[in-house]
Amino acid sequence: MITLEDIKKISISELRGKYPFVEGFFADQSLEIEQNEKLTFVQFLQKFDEEEAEDRAIDIDVMVNSLVEYVNQMLSFIGDDKENGVDSLTILPGTNKFGEAENFEELTIRKSEIICIVGPTGSGKSRLLADIEWVAQKDTPTSRSILINGEESDKKWRLTSGNKLVAQLSQNMNFVMDLTVQEFLELHAQSRLVENVEEVIQRIISSANNLAGEKFDLSTPVTSLSGGQSRALMIADTAILSKSPIVLIDEIENAGIDRKKALELLVGEEKIVLMATHDPILALMGDRRIVIKNGGINKVIDTSNEEREFLTELNEMDKIVQNLRYKLRKGEVITSLK
Amino acid sequence: MNLVTFSGPPSTGKTSVIIKTIDAIKQRGLKVGVVKFDCLATDDDKLYEKVGVPVRKGLSGSQCPDHYFVSNIEEVTQWGIELGLDLLITESAGLCNRCSPYIKEIKSICVIDNLSGINTPKKVGPMLKMADIVVITKGDIVSQAEREVFASRVQTVNPSAVTMHVNGLSGQGAFELSTLLYDEKDNVDTLVGKKLRFSMPSALCSYCLGETRIGKSYQMGNVRKMNMEDDK
Repeated sequence: MITLEDIKKISISELRGKYPFVEGFFADQSLEIEQNEKLTFVQFLQKFDEEEAEDRAIDIDVMVNSLVEYVNQMLSFIGDDKENGVDSLTILPGTNKFGEAENFEELTIRKSEIICIVGPTGSGKSRLLADIEWVAQKDTPTSRSILINGEESDKKWRLTSGNKLVAQLSQNMNFVMDLTVQEFLELHAQSRLVENVEEVIQRIISSANNLAGEKFDLSTPVTSLSGGQSRALMIADTAILSKSPIVLIDEIENAGIDRKKALELLVGEEKIVLMATHDPILALMGDRRIVIKNGGINKVIDTSNEEREFLTELNEMDKIVQNLRYKLRKGEVITSLK
Repeated sequence: MNLVTFSGPPSTGKTSVIIKTIDAIKQRGLKVGVVKFDCLATDDDKLYEKVGVPVRKGLSGSQCPDHYFVSNIEEVTQWGIELGLDLLITESAGLCNRCSPYIKEIKSICVIDNLSGINTPKKVGPMLKMADIVVITKGDIVSQAEREVFASRVQTVNPSAVTMHVNGLSGQGAFELSTLLYDEKDNVDTLVGKKLRFSMPSALCSYCLGETRIGKSYQMGNVRKMNMEDDK
């Protein structure tokens, strides 16, 4: 913790030495601190006369308080990896949109579990997700409660941007930044204050290539990746670099990406995986399925061994389709389905 | 009555976010009204009428939109009180990025979108830096990594704000935002005597007064020249 008084006492160079991440703050606030390092931050701001301060839209009190707040947030962001650990998530029932009680007692999901969510469009899948993200405490339209590690959680998950509980992946998401894969991953790693940036980038690119049908390298611009490659990179990046302990996936398309490996990667990185899907292979890979109807959870189905046995056959069918896809891409003529 | 001010660069989804949020607020039995400030034209008032809330629009025309806002905000507040509103929302676009119609002690929300580029938080002035709540939109179409990077940039320029993601199309996040907008302990009778959080962009030059001709001899008043010399 740092206080306003601390900031007032120490020079900018001491500040930089002690909290290297303040560089980001100075850069994003467009403050040129070079050659002013001996001053305190307040003295530095006082150098601007009234007109210049107004031109730059600087209010000294607001700016100094922002710096204090920023340093404290970053300190807690770095420090609380352990106390932020989410081992389990528990959903306690509320009501559906007709006010009827939901049809389950208590649902606990643990790290490395895969839970599928099924139900027609508009049935309340987004609301369930929103309840989880907001750590609902009977204060949302469904009156559900969400427990973290079996306990009611404080509100930090709700209100601080560094501590988001849920990371989301969906078919509609695209990369929009004009950067290469390398630059893109560097930027993300820096924003997470990762120390061994190169190592993390290597892990992500090799995991992504392990998932993608067609390989790509670090110099490829993210916007020219194919659909499958983009999805592979998004999944690998979310698994390895995102801090959010829960990952919500809204379908993974069956093209250009190995979906089984994708789920294994997420589970291997100790994520809790929630997946909205009606794809039989994915749904049967899940440990359980939540069935949503009329805005409420209507059923929770454990994937039975009997159901799992169908997976082998389904995978065979999938292989046939994948193989045909591969042949078509190479320009071959299809002569048999095998 | 509670008063909240929404602002944000054009086309970030302010109106969509407000409409989705109104849905959630109305379900709590609260009476909401909206005043939309814009420059030349807006049809957003019709969108608000469609969801059944009282609405007024103000077009600043040839005036600076923010100066227009602050010149009218007290009358707008009185309109809301007369209608017996529980919550009055004002919406205005920050057209020059330097603008900030925020008032001290009045809740202020800045809406900014993921598509605007990661350097945008740095470019937007008091409108972003002095907001109490920053709503980030269009998160459904960019990657998780880009959402995280963008949110961290927003947090760097305004660490004290609550940062939230709201989807203006599906409404995801709008209920949660609505819980932060209304507080029954808050009450505004009048804004007279209250102050802006930051001064507005100033100018009083010949062009403010309708001059159209170009050239030094036509420029009077508060005129500033660019430095075209090489910096050594």
